[in-house]
Amino acid sequence: MNELRTILGDVVTRLFTDLVTKDLLESAETGAWPEALWQAVEESGLTLPLVVESKGGAGGSWGDAFVVARAAGRHAVPLPLAETIVGAWLLSASGLDVPSGPLTIAPVHRDERLRLARAGSGWRLSGTAARVPWGRAAGHVVVVTEAEGRTMVALAARGAGQVKTDQNLAREPRDTLAFEDAPVVAAVPAGRGVPAQAVWLYGALVRAAQMAGGLDYLLRQASQYATERRQFGKPIGSFQVIQQNLAVLAGHTAAAGTAAANAFRAADRGDAAFEIAVAKVRVGEAAGIGASIAHQVHGAIGFTYEHALQFATRRLWSWRAEFGGEGEWAIALGRSVAERGADALWPHLTAR
Amino acid sequence: MQTFRFELGELPPEAEALRAEVREFLRRELGDAAPVRRAHSWGGFDREFSKKMGVRGWIAMTWPKRYGGHERSALERYVVLEEMLAAGAPVSSHWIADRQSGPLLLRFGTEAQRQKFLPAIARGELAFAIGMSEPDSGSDLASLRTRAERVAGGYRVNGTKVWTSNAHLADYMIATFRTHHDPAKKHEGLTQFLVDTKLAGITMSPIIDLAGSHHFNMVVFEDVFVPEDMRVGEEGAGWKQVTTELAFERSGPERYLSSFALLLELVREVSKDPGERAAATVGRLVAHLATLRQMSLSVALMLEAGENPNLEAAVVKDVGTTFEQEGPEIVHALLGVEPTIDTGSDLQQVLGFLMQRAPSFSLRGGTREILRGIIARGLGLR
Repeated sequence: MNELRTILGDVVTRLFTDLVTKDLLESAETGAWPEALWQAVEESGLTLPLVVESKGGAGGSWGDAFVVARAAGRHAVPLPLAETIVGAWLLSASGLDVPSGPLTIAPVHRDERLRLARAGSGWRLSGTAARVPWGRAAGHVVVVTEAEGRTMVALAARGAGQVKTDQNLAREPRDTLAFEDAPVVAAVPAGRGVPAQAVWLYGALVRAAQMAGGLDYLLRQASQYATERRQFGKPIGSFQVIQQNLAVLAGHTAAAGTAAANAFRAADRGDAAFEIAVAKVRVGEAAGIGASIAHQVHGAIGFTYEHALQFATRRLWSWRAEFGGEGEWAIALGRSVAERGADALWPHLTAR
Repeated sequence: MQTFRFELGELPPEAEALRAEVREFLRRELGDAAPVRRAHSWGGFDREFSKKMGVRGWIAMTWPKRYGGHERSALERYVVLEEMLAAGAPVSSHWIADRQSGPLLLRFGTEAQRQKFLPAIARGELAFAIGMSEPDSGSDLASLRTRAERVAGGYRVNGTKVWTSNAHLADYMIATFRTHHDPAKKHEGLTQFLVDTKLAGITMSPIIDLAGSHHFNMVVFEDVFVPEDMRVGEEGAGWKQVTTELAFERSGPERYLSSFALLLELVREVSKDPGERAAATVGRLVAHLATLRQMSLSVALMLEAGENPNLEAAVVKDVGTTFEQEGPEIVHALLGVEPTIDTGSDLQQVLGFLMQRAPSFSLRGGTREILRGIIARGLGLR
């Protein structure tokens, strides 16, 4: 890892450690928007790693975005930070200015479409997007859709559509946005490197990083708990059965971090569809197994709302299903492998 | 708490150029070898093949030139290893010496030992076996009892080694014996030796595996004289050397590619008609494989940088052997074809071979339980 990225890692870790407290997480779960946290994150320049400096961004790479998104997952940061990173990249890569404030991206399901239609010199947006992350809180929504045979990127203000609130297991907003001939701030053909499936793909990418971060937390927290909690006169971590389970958690955590990092590296190189599919499948599997082991190690206390473990595990259970679950991605990945054929498998793997 | 680190690595351009060369060589050498032959992975023993590898300079790649090595990078070596494994090349005759016996001698051997053995290993002419396990010393390796007593000019050895893979084919064995006995300090008093497998007093008998194959042996030492100059390292330094050797043994791509031949046959079968369930199964396996390759490469990079990735190697071996072991189970669950011996489709034969081979994946080179103990120590639990 280069030195700048190490510094970035230290900055985000310090910021989240100081500001993302248990009280703040509990308050966010009741629907309160953590404005002070958002301000601090935005002022630290963490929201726009992929936007060029001349447009107010950090002029960085997906590799930098990985550091931020993974740390956000590790600390269960209750903000649309990952969504803002992707949304700002979509805008910037398509030549649009990035508004300040939180962004979200839509539609999140592969088979959902919003419609753009010309109206005079501008465009109008119609249709419904379900389970949009932080739909009510985001100042703007970035939409990728098809119009007139081209992939388009559009920016709509929050007020342009109707919001029906809902939430995921971690009580993060997952809202339905309905647009009816709604005006947009801007709509342009998608920039080079922004595929038609960009929201789905890059949404899956950032969720993989957040989950890798969540697993980092589980491993650290469960290992520490096992050295502190005593039963039968000794720390439970001295029992081989607990050690073996935590070693399994360590393996999944290591695999998740590697798969996610590799997908972000591929995103910096260009077409990352293969690596993103690999990451969403591998990290999603790790999330389920990891949550199960972390809870087992913690016993009853980890099953309470009082203990912070659940902030991570409830997120993992939701995130692995968002932007396509492991099953959906595994089918897509398996079909692409089958299409290339058995003899192409190894050459393809080593060429990536 | 920074327990382990898996930094992504980049293979340098010269490594990728080498890959093309290796593939061309393998295409010529292996031709249309049957999938079930390839499924033997690094179990195939073929001295002629190893000599050809030696001529190509693909053994002892990272060793100093003065010992017959080629002073190439660990990453170039990694490319050769993974290509050999993916193709199912019969590399067993030089694999052990290239992976651990040679590096052990480079590190702890005398100058005379290096001069004598390393160039011959590099030429692919010397096959090595590993004499560690004993009838009463498996995972508890430090409890081993085969005695090497000092006598004039050397040592007299008495005892028994078991599970010694390819000892009946090997020229030499790196064996660990007890030179000093103190029940309270079992990790002390162990010493490593270079043992010529043809020495008087050595009796080998085959141990046939569950599939009817002979690769294991029981090796009995009865008053075997081992000359002083065949001792490797200091007397009593054996445990430290053995753990170093095991780190070499645990870190390579052979710890996740053992079932690769089955994945190929599975993809071949599924490609005909990729339904959702079959596609999802293949997709999941490929996701695991691609991730393990990056983890394994990361360990190779750390070795190249002179770091000591013992914990990371244990993690890769644990995750990797779990993956390669579940291959036959997953193919069975998906396709339900009967595993066969010598008859049936390629898929059935590869499945039959690996079904019977898979239990060994999480035993050899340190059991799953031992590795997880090492990982738990890294997590601060012991």
